Amino acid sequence: MFEFFNKFFNKQSSKDIAKERLKLVIIHDRANVSPELLELIKNEILKAIQKYIVIDDKLLEIQITRTPSEQKGEFVPALIANIPIKSVKKTEILNNEADD
Amino acid sequence: MGEVYVITSGKGGVGKTTTTANVGTYLSILGKRVLLIDADIGLRNLDVVMGLENRIVFDIVDVVEGRCKPKQALIKDKRFDGLYLLPAAQSKDKTAVSPEQMKALCEQLKDDFDFILIDCPAGIEQGFKNAIAGAQKAIVVTTPEVSAVRDADRIIGLLEAYELHNPKLIINRIRFDMVKRGDMMDIDDILEILSIELLGIIPDDEKIIISTNKGEPVVMDEKSRAGQEYRNIARRILGENIPIVSEEENLGFLGRLKRFLGLNNS
Repeated sequence: MFEFFNKFFNKQSSKDIAKERLKLVIIHDRANVSPELLELIKNEILKAIQKYIVIDDKLLEIQITRTPSEQKGEFVPALIANIPIKSVKKTEILNNEADD
Repeated sequence: MGEVYVITSGKGGVGKTTTTANVGTYLSILGKRVLLIDADIGLRNLDVVMGLENRIVFDIVDVVEGRCKPKQALIKDKRFDGLYLLPAAQSKDKTAVSPEQMKALCEQLKDDFDFILIDCPAGIEQGFKNAIAGAQKAIVVTTPEVSAVRDADRIIGLLEAYELHNPKLIINRIRFDMVKRGDMMDIDDILEILSIELLGIIPDDEKIIISTNKGEPVVMDEKSRAGQEYRNIARRILGENIPIVSEEENLGFLGRLKRFLGLNNS
């Protein structure tokens, strides 16, 4: 009955929230990567990429998820970045090539 | 030759000591020779849960420091044949017993018992490493809370690293009414996250507190649902195939009668 109402009103039960949070925190624990470290990695990637392309840094997403490994079908942590590109800085690339 | 189990958890207060006391007591009721070792040195509690606190003369630190022989430190439980307790020291710190000493102690006592159950301190520090050193098998206890499950995951990883493979899980303090409402993770949620084998589930039961107050393990209480589940866990350890019922039993009169007569073994 409760389940029905929750679905009807599209309300997430607290156990589902708990499960989602747990999954995320355990992925980070297993990979030994804290959110702070992830933020540092994100900023470094941002710096490197922004040299060459204009990106929408508000929509930049970087996270650690579980993906099935090719061996044994086990799950392994993977770093996944979703980087929306606005445009490519052509002049920058040309300048760099000229430097080399 | 006895089997050495360590009962462990990441988070404190999830029921390691209660589990050790009850599983051990029921194994002895089933006719096994059982030794309970309290490895929570500095913060002992297995003795009070068992109601044996008044009989401690020597403890585990006295044994490893050679002030007495191992057998002199064992407290025989007068209520149950074949049940013994080796208490922890109250004053020393967690590092008073080294992993090597623990290993040697278990080796030495293994022949005299069918089961040695080690009550591990909470956490992942030296006390944990000392407690698991002599064990061949591990039981991980958790409750259905985010913090307890997360810490259980850490412990499972560490047990693997110390080559204690295939630990079994006990989920303690399940509240079926909350599970039904969707306000508590159910058994499948937890197993999906931890992916280890389930040994049993213990419902939240106020009789645990009553029995701990009295110093009588709850397995002695025929009517307690938690006691029943601890009895089932002990039987599963002995290899009996008892299904794990993950919902509140809605026993009618007939069901209760069957259970009373021992026809319904769930």
